Amino acid sequence: MNAMIRFFVAIVALTAALNVFAAADLEVNTPGVNAIKQSMQARHAQLAGHYNSGAVGLTADGLVALRDAGAVPLAQRQAVNALVAAENNDRNALYAEIANANNHPEWQAEIRSTFAQRWIQRAQPGWWVQSGGAWKQN
Amino acid sequence: MKRVWIAFAGLALSACVTINIYFPAAAAEKAADKIIDEVWQTQKPASSTSNQAQPAAKETK
Repeated sequence: MNAMIRFFVAIVALTAALNVFAAADLEVNTPGVNAIKQSMQARHAQLAGHYNSGAVGLTADGLVALRDAGAVPLAQRQAVNALVAAENNDRNALYAEIANANNHPEWQAEIRSTFAQRWIQRAQPGWWVQSGGAWKQN
Repeated sequence: MKRVWIAFAGLALSACVTINIYFPAAAAEKAADKIIDEVWQTQKPASSTSNQAQPAAKETK
């Protein structure tokens, strides 16, 4: 019986140690993540105006989308499409990179949904965000 | 009795695997906020306002 108690104590200690490991911070300070972050930061100067005009909105899956093409002058439409595509490339790469940097590629979907929630919750007033399948102005 | 031990060992092992796979939601949210701050540059510009105040103070001298 004594041995059994010792066995349980060992299990509790082991799980406690693993819990500490699991609660550790997510690693986001890698060269790959930083490069994507800088690229997105530079692009944001161009995208911000389109968020404000409602042309581009934040989607529920952590990406951006052309929401209202009419808000963009015809001559600029191609450029906005390219901006959206480039931004989404970076965002997809960012989620994958964070998952890989933490040796858990299978976390990618959860990282994406965490980001999706945070992008939307922190969107500035006037920006359009996707909520329950519909667009909603923040 | 031996069987019970094997069952417990199996349980303990599966518990370890479960904990390792567990997604750190709070840490992910913190990491996301940090990256969003940097990409959108939404950090409070506390240092830049104090920098702006300093040259102004020098001018009045």
